[in-house]
Amino acid sequence: MHPLPFSLQLLNACAALLLLLSFAMLSQRRTVNLVNLLAVQGSLLVIATLIVAWRTGQPHLYVSALLTLALKVFALPMLLHRLIRRLNVWWDTEPVINPSGTMLIGLLVVVFSFGLAQPISAVADTAIRSTLGIAIAVILLSFLAMITRRKAMSQVVAFLSMENGLFFGAMSATYGMPMVVELGVALDVLVAMLVLGVFFFQIREQFDSLDLYHLESLKERD
Amino acid sequence: MAVSFSSLQVCLALLAAWLVVGFAGLLRPRSIRFAGRTLFPLGALCGAALATVAGLSLGAAPESRVLELGLPGLPMHMRLDALSAVFLVLLGAASTAISVFSAGYFRKGEGTLPGLLCLEYHVFLAAMGFVLLADDAYSFMVAWESMALSSYFLVTTQHRIEEIRRAGFLYLLVAHVGALSILLGFGVLQGGSWQFTFDAMRAAHLDATWASIAFGLALFGFGAKAGLVPLHVWLPEAHPAAPSPVSALMSGVMLKTAVYGFLRVTFDLIGLQLWWWGLVALGVGLFTAFYGVIFAAVQTDMKRLLAWSSIENLGIAFAGIGLAIIFRGSGLGHLAVLALVATLYHCLNHAMMKSLLFLGTGSVLHATGERNLGRLGGLIHRMPWVAWMTLIGALAIAGLPPLNGFVSEWLLLQAFLFAGDVPHPFASMLLPAGAAIVALCAALAGYVMVKFYGVVFLGQPREASLSTARDAGFAERVGLGLLALGCVLLGLFPALIVPVLDGAVAGLLHVPTSRWGGPWWLLAPERARHATYGPPALCLLLVVAVVLSIYGLRLVYHRTVRRGPAWDCGHARSDARMQDTAEGFGQPIRHMFEPFFEMTRKLPSPSDPTPTYAVTVGDRAWKLLYLPIATAVHAVANAVAWLQQGRISTYLMYSFATLILLLAFVL
Repeated sequence: MHPLPFSLQLLNACAALLLLLSFAMLSQRRTVNLVNLLAVQGSLLVIATLIVAWRTGQPHLYVSALLTLALKVFALPMLLHRLIRRLNVWWDTEPVINPSGTMLIGLLVVVFSFGLAQPISAVADTAIRSTLGIAIAVILLSFLAMITRRKAMSQVVAFLSMENGLFFGAMSATYGMPMVVELGVALDVLVAMLVLGVFFFQIREQFDSLDLYHLESLKERD
Repeated sequence: MAVSFSSLQVCLALLAAWLVVGFAGLLRPRSIRFAGRTLFPLGALCGAALATVAGLSLGAAPESRVLELGLPGLPMHMRLDALSAVFLVLLGAASTAISVFSAGYFRKGEGTLPGLLCLEYHVFLAAMGFVLLADDAYSFMVAWESMALSSYFLVTTQHRIEEIRRAGFLYLLVAHVGALSILLGFGVLQGGSWQFTFDAMRAAHLDATWASIAFGLALFGFGAKAGLVPLHVWLPEAHPAAPSPVSALMSGVMLKTAVYGFLRVTFDLIGLQLWWWGLVALGVGLFTAFYGVIFAAVQTDMKRLLAWSSIENLGIAFAGIGLAIIFRGSGLGHLAVLALVATLYHCLNHAMMKSLLFLGTGSVLHATGERNLGRLGGLIHRMPWVAWMTLIGALAIAGLPPLNGFVSEWLLLQAFLFAGDVPHPFASMLLPAGAAIVALCAALAGYVMVKFYGVVFLGQPREASLSTARDAGFAERVGLGLLALGCVLLGLFPALIVPVLDGAVAGLLHVPTSRWGGPWWLLAPERARHATYGPPALCLLLVVAVVLSIYGLRLVYHRTVRRGPAWDCGHARSDARMQDTAEGFGQPIRHMFEPFFEMTRKLPSPSDPTPTYAVTVGDRAWKLLYLPIATAVHAVANAVAWLQQGRISTYLMYSFATLILLLAFVL
């Protein structure tokens, strides 16, 4: 078996780092660190996109990389940092399931994801042999993070990281989505962020806290 | 160069014109003058034209057309045959009079804006027309649902009143349950071809089981619209809630679309008819008729009373259809024709007389602001025009000759009396007993009308405010007059109308037309030796008898009359409170048929210084059927509510689990 080209090795390294970051986010309890991790995840995505763009020579992927850089590395983390300062939510409370339990479940999820990607990887181009499994794993791990968090802020970060996973999957599997779709998704994420920001203020005003535990009182039946 | 249009094209154009008139109402939504003086008369003109065109097309061959409207690849099929034409005549004629009446009826402050009301009203009319013309399941359901929705908005015209909103919701609920059943029925009828045109359904061959299921679904679905027991509960609620012209349209015309749909499905779309289906329809119909009429007898709200009376009449119509199915399933095609002619005639009659009565109550309501029979009375002196027109309607619905109600009941009784020919031993013995129930219902209907008319128009006013009541305006009088004229004409010249209906029905059943012997003034069913009926002659006889007796009385009695204040037979001190009330008049019926009523009485104790007596009559259907269903639904909903834990992580968990599960299928 001859060795992989250098670009693909780099791409695989990016994917591995992404997976590692996902686990880091799963266990991280400081909100500020979570946002920083999100920014790092974003920059890894930029690098991955640049690699694919260089390899395939598709010009629109460069635009996509630029967009990701602006939005996911700078704009969103800045917005989140400002929110954290203004809402004064530095820490998440104890998660629903304890961190070590969450990590174990996360391991199972990764195994499941690789199993899921197996039949696709078998027929696919070498570039995505392992990246697709990792993309699915990132999506599911972010989902898991959303479930285990109690504070709305951490859930939003997990949500954004899920979107990153989707982006990574799309990029590595099909060399990026069409430009229109990508622009649409970018806009969606930005709008969702703004709407969620408004929600934060509303929730805090209503309950004097961003702890979602308080929302339980809204259900109809006891 | 002469351009000729087919009848179907003209009908469709007129329905479109109704829509245009309706949308024109939005131009000046707040103007009652614009809607009343311009739009409603225009709508009435369209109605009259529709009745004429449909009437002229009655003898012609069916024609059909495909309209490239609606969803791509799903064109709307339209078809005009004799059955549709009969009902289009009914729609056009009744709506003409009701629109004329409406032109003068709607006033300021009736809730919905006049322009919107005009839109809803004309969309309702057009939707009913499209129901009658539809020739595939898709356009039928679209028209059917538009009809239900537009009438829902009409019912809730005064939507600020909680009770009216509830009545509207109940109506909408029953309408949708019924529509669901009809939809399923069409699903069965396509018979595996997955073609939803009516032509494909005619061509599909169903076996006996599936045909029976389709029939059951149609009976349930159309029965919900027609108000068959136990799906009748919306009628007594929706009619008092709706403005009177709307009640008239709903009762007079919309209920007939249910009859039309049931006939269309049973005789046209389902290829075969089993005779026992007829027993089911007949049983339900007769029970509905009986149930409706005894409840009508104990009502104290005049529109509610009329609503129950509509239930009775639709029950009779379905009994007629049931009888026709029995005859048809037993191979007695000519008798089936007789029963169906009676049914169609009854529908025409009911459209005229029930619309007339509802419009009459509308005039009374506007003049007095009162629907409660206990606060009315003596209006014949204050509102003579309304009183006399309503009298014609009341006599007609009571089934008295020479008016129209008698004709259809007579025809139906004739059909029942031939039931001895049915080749099933028990059926042939028991079916004539159905005639007895029809006769009982007719008699009770007479009782109901005596109560309705007597309490509202005769006697003395029960409230002081009634003395200021004024007669209806010009447009209202014309509307009432047209309907009364319809009642009289249908009563006097059945011999001209029945052969036309016969042609329509014979085409539907694929049997040769029957012979209706006799000249224009004599109605003679096939076996004329049994019975004939000549309304003009009877009418002449009645007039002569009345004139003679008045003259004779004057001659013999009045010459020798003594005038003197003796004891006055107790009339010296009679006042309005001593008259028979609506409750009092209905009391014998309440007593005789007690098991059918859910009664709560409030009796005073002997030591009570201020004794009061109260009795309320309820419908047992609520307790026996609807409350258990509601409880069960509630219980299921409560059980499902367990899912709602109120925690976002739980909800995310649901999504996560679903995702994993679905992905595991791919694995």
